[in-house]
Amino acid sequence: MATRKSTTKSNVSAEELLSYYRDMLLIRRFEEKAGQLYGMGLIGGFCHLYIGQEAVVVGLEAAAKEGDKRVTSYRDHGHMLACGMDPKGVMAELTGREGGYSKGKGGSMHMFSKEKHFYGGHGIVGAQVPLGAGLAFSDKYKGNDNVTFTYFGDGAANQGQVYETYNMAMLWDLPVVFVIENNKYAMGTSVQRATKSPSLWERGAAYGITGEEVDGMDVLAVKAAGEKAVAHCRAGKGPYILEVMTYRYRGHSMSDPAKYRTRDEVQKMRTERDAIEHVRDLLLTGKHATEDDLKNIDKEIKAIVNDAAEFSKDSPEPALAELWTDIYA
Amino acid sequence: MATEILMPALSPTMEEGTLAKWLVKEGDTVASGDIIAEIETDKATMEFEAVDDGVIGKLLVAAGTEGVKVNTPIAVLLADGESAADAAPAPAAPKAEAAPVAAPAAAAAAPVAPKADTAPDWPAGTAMKTQTVREALRDAMAEEMRASDEVFVMGEEVAEYQGAYKITQGLLDEFGARRVIDTPITEHGFAGIGVGAAFGGLRPIVEFMTFNFAMQAIDHIINSAAKTLYMSGGQMGCPIVFRGPNGAAARVGAQHSQCYAAWYGQIPGLKVVMPYSAADAKGLLKQAIRDPNPVIFLENEILYGRSFDVPVLDDFTIPFGKAKIWREGTDVTIVSFGIGMTYALEAAERLEKDGISAEVIDLRTIRPMDTDAILASVMKTNRLVTVEEGFPQSSVGNYITSVVMERAFDYLDAPVINLTGKDVPMPYAANLEKLALVTTDEVVAAVHKVTYR
Repeated sequence: MATRKSTTKSNVSAEELLSYYRDMLLIRRFEEKAGQLYGMGLIGGFCHLYIGQEAVVVGLEAAAKEGDKRVTSYRDHGHMLACGMDPKGVMAELTGREGGYSKGKGGSMHMFSKEKHFYGGHGIVGAQVPLGAGLAFSDKYKGNDNVTFTYFGDGAANQGQVYETYNMAMLWDLPVVFVIENNKYAMGTSVQRATKSPSLWERGAAYGITGEEVDGMDVLAVKAAGEKAVAHCRAGKGPYILEVMTYRYRGHSMSDPAKYRTRDEVQKMRTERDAIEHVRDLLLTGKHATEDDLKNIDKEIKAIVNDAAEFSKDSPEPALAELWTDIYA
Repeated sequence: MATEILMPALSPTMEEGTLAKWLVKEGDTVASGDIIAEIETDKATMEFEAVDDGVIGKLLVAAGTEGVKVNTPIAVLLADGESAADAAPAPAAPKAEAAPVAAPAAAAAAPVAPKADTAPDWPAGTAMKTQTVREALRDAMAEEMRASDEVFVMGEEVAEYQGAYKITQGLLDEFGARRVIDTPITEHGFAGIGVGAAFGGLRPIVEFMTFNFAMQAIDHIINSAAKTLYMSGGQMGCPIVFRGPNGAAARVGAQHSQCYAAWYGQIPGLKVVMPYSAADAKGLLKQAIRDPNPVIFLENEILYGRSFDVPVLDDFTIPFGKAKIWREGTDVTIVSFGIGMTYALEAAERLEKDGISAEVIDLRTIRPMDTDAILASVMKTNRLVTVEEGFPQSSVGNYITSVVMERAFDYLDAPVINLTGKDVPMPYAANLEKLALVTTDEVVAAVHKVTYR
C-alpha cells in the first residue's frame, strides 16, 4: 500500500510547462465566460464551474495515452476541454444550441464525445463510478491496455455504489483509475461534516486497492501520480485510487450563497495555492518564458474563448423536430 | 473599450433582484474574481464577482435599488487608459435573444385505419419441438453468444451455480468464465458496470435474480441506460439486456412479488418485453440481445417450467412491437401479456362454452406497444378487457384504455375493464395470496359484464 505523498518533479521542459499553462488557462477563462453568459441568461439551469480545480484534469490528461477513456460527474467542462473537445461545441451545449456536443439536448451536465473517449457528464452523484469501471471492463474484455479515468468528488465518495464498484474492480482487476477530486465541500457540506474517516483514498484498503493522496494544486504532482496509477493499471494490477486535494473557488452551482466557508478561506487558496499562478511562477523564475510570452498566450486563450462564446450565441436553437429524435438507436 | 457590467442571473429562476450593496466605488481597480457587489436573488444574498480586470468607471444603479431586471447595466468597467467619460451614456444592453415560443405540433391523428400485422412469426410448415421456457431462454443466449463475442452474461449465480433458476445452465461450460460472470450481490454496482461496458462497445446481458432486486439498480437502468442516447444527441448507444423473473411466484411475500411492466413501460428510451410462450421467449430474447437499445426482459418463474412448441430453425427472431393473436374471436377482445395470458386463454376456452367468442391478444412487448392490433380488434368486437398481474393504478391496462378512448371511442359498446392484481402488497398466507392475484374467474366475469350476457 503506497502512502507517500507525491512530490513535484523538477526536470520538466519549458514546452511541457507552457502546455499545462495554456490548458489550465483555457479552462479558467472558459469557465469565467460561462459564468458571464449564465448571468446574461444565455445559459440556464445548473452550471457547475471548475475554476480552481484545473490542475487535476490537466495533470491527469498528461498521463493518458490515445484510447484511454474518461468519465465524470456534472462538473465536467474542465474534463472535456482537457481531453481536447472543442470549446465551441461545449459552450454551445451550455447555451442549449444545435452546435452543442449533444445538439442542445444534454446541457452542462450531459455531454459526450466518442472521438475523444469522453463518456459524460453524469448528473446523479456517484453513478459515473460503476459506469467507469464498466468502461474499463470493456477494455479488459477486448484485451487492450487502455485505462479509464473515473472522476468523482468527495461528496460522491460517500455513495454506496462507489464501494460496490471498488469491490468488483479489484475482484476483476479492472484497469480503472479512481480519481477522487476532493475540493473539500460536497455542495455546502465540508468533508469533516460528512464523515469521520476523512482520508478518502484509504477506504480502498478495505478492498485491497492501492492509492495515495496527491496535491491537486500542483499540476506536476498530479501528472506524476497519474503516471504511476496508469502504469499500475496497464500492468494488469487492477484499479488505483488517487485522492487529489483541490479547491473550488466558485459556488457549487450558480446560486450558491457560500455561507459554509469564509471569504478569507477562498482568498487564501487563490493567492497562495493557485495552480495556474504556480506554473506561471515556474515559467518565469525558470526563465522558460517572459511576461510578454505569457501575455500572448493569455490573448490567444481569450480569443479562443470569445470565439466559443460567439459561436454559442450564433448557433441556432435545435429544430423543434429534435424533440423526437435520439430516443432509440 | 469600456464594458458594461450587467445585472446577473444568479439562480435558474431569477428574473430580477435587489442590488443590496456595492463593495467598490467609482475609481476602484478590480481584478477578475474580486467581489464587487452583493445581490439579493429570489433564493439568497449572493456575492457578485468581477469577470474582467479594470477600473470601475461608473456605478449606474444605486445600492438598495430593488427590482433590478436581469441584464440591466449596473456599472461600467474601464480598461487601461480609459476615462470615466468613455463610460458616459450607456448604450442599450444587448438583450439575450428571446427563445421563440412554439408549441410542438400535436401529433396528427392517424387517418389510416389501424391494421394488425398478422404475418406468421416463422414460415408455414416449419418443424416444431417441445421446449420449456427455461430451455428456450438458455438456447437464445447460447446462440447469440456463439454469434458474437461482444455478448456476455453477468449476474448473481449465473456461472458456477448454473443460474438461480437454471436459465444459464451449461453456459459457463461452453463459454468460460470470461463471458459468463458471477457477480457479488451488488445489483446497483453490477448494473452500472454493465451499462458502462455497453457504452464501451460490448453487449451485456445482465441477469437479475429477480426484478424485485433491480429496484436497487433502477437509477442505472433509467438514468444511465435509457436516457444517455438522448442526452448525447444520438452519440452514445447502450445495447444491453436486463433480464430475470418478474411478478409473483408463489408464497414469497410482498418484497419478492411485484410486476414491473408498467414501471419500465413508462420510460422513453427503454424497450420492454414480457413473453408468455417458449417460442416468443426465444425469438424475443435473441431480438433483445441484437437490439442497439436497453431492453428490459421480464420473465416469470411460474412460466419457466411450462412447455410450448418452438420452431426448429437455425435462427429466428420475433420483432418488437408486434402482438400475437392467440385466438380469433368476435364478441370481446382480451389483451394480456406474460403470465396473464394463462388466465386470458383459460377464460376464452370457458367463454366459448358459454357461447361467447373472445379474441385473445398477447402484447409480447409493452414498449413499443402494438396498439394497432388492439384497435383493429376492438373495432371488430367493440368490447375490451385487459389482464395483468401488476397493481391497478397507472397500469398497462390503464394506458391501453386511454389509447382506445382516443382512437376508437365510438366503437366501444361497453366501458373497458382493466383486470389487475389487487391494490395491496402481496400477502404470504395462501388464501390471501390467491385473492390478491388476478384469476381466470375474474376474466370470465369481466367478459360477461362487458358483453352484457
